[in-house]
Amino acid sequence: MSFINYSSREINCKIVYYGPGLCGKTTNLQYIYNKTNPETKGKLISLSTETDRTLFFDFLPLSLGEIRGFKTRFHLYTVPGQVFYDASRKLILKGVDGVVFVADSQVERMEANIESMENLRVNLAEQGYDLNKIPFVIQYNKRDLPNAVGVDELRKVLNPRNVQDHQAVAPTGVGVFDTLKGVAKLVLTELKKGGQ
Amino acid sequence: MASQLVMYEEEFHRINAVCDRLTKDANAKVVFLVDKNGQLISAAGQTNNIDTTSLASLTAGNVAAMGGLAKLIGENEFPNQFHEGAKDSLYMTLVGGRVVLVVIFDNRTSLGLVRLRIKKASDELEKIFAALAARSAAPGAGSPFAEISDADIDNLFSE
Repeated sequence: MSFINYSSREINCKIVYYGPGLCGKTTNLQYIYNKTNPETKGKLISLSTETDRTLFFDFLPLSLGEIRGFKTRFHLYTVPGQVFYDASRKLILKGVDGVVFVADSQVERMEANIESMENLRVNLAEQGYDLNKIPFVIQYNKRDLPNAVGVDELRKVLNPRNVQDHQAVAPTGVGVFDTLKGVAKLVLTELKKGGQ
Repeated sequence: MASQLVMYEEEFHRINAVCDRLTKDANAKVVFLVDKNGQLISAAGQTNNIDTTSLASLTAGNVAAMGGLAKLIGENEFPNQFHEGAKDSLYMTLVGGRVVLVVIFDNRTSLGLVRLRIKKASDELEKIFAALAARSAAPGAGSPFAEISDADIDNLFSE
């Protein structure tokens, strides 16, 4: 749910990075945080366990610039990927404007990808959203690993509707900004449609 | 899909005025108004040393988590929360089920006074948000995005 403030001329949108445990959601946010100008970003907040696993969420506010005199701000969130944190994942999807699904390309994580994608669909539906309708992009992460499944295979399993997808290596930043731009653009286009 | 929150000039000023007055009446350090989804709506008082964006996001996370806990034990919501610190304390109240009023205060005031003043401010805010919801739902209240072009969106992403 975007927040439009006519008085301060600001538009705020919420993007959630979803995906199985250890797929690289937090790494995406860390890369974005490290590579953006200090004046366009806020603090990166990570609510994580002692072993650096996401416990509740990561949060990064980002300014993208102005559209027709309105400052556009994006709030990026990650969910905890581990299966047993499902109650927390549901909460973070509240008020979401766009979703990025980060898939782990490794062959042994295919099952986890499928399970997480299904979990996303169910949890979105609980909040009243339809995965087929909201701005949604898929990122195939860890493309550099030797055990990575071919992109065609990943597409077949995870992207039957042929939504926008990107290949990525999150720690080095490959595909990270393409993914973010992709989803941000979809969110703004959706807002434009909603305003008409 | 949940409708978006749209803030207009008039209501924004009224909301800011309520937050300003609450800061003074309760003798509080800071007063924040945060949307349940983590967007900061208004801030009053000594906000200089506080990362307001982070505060808004964490407030929403906390309220969402407590709401989830409430439902687990058969409650609908915990409308009020109080967190006591060594120096500063924090009081959160749900207003109209949609926004969260956060008051940060120290020992120059008391929890009793803060609660009393919050009650009054929260009633006023509830009315303003009801008016705002009606206004956003009224026909013709489109978003400014209706007028933007695909080129405007593309320009935002061209480096």
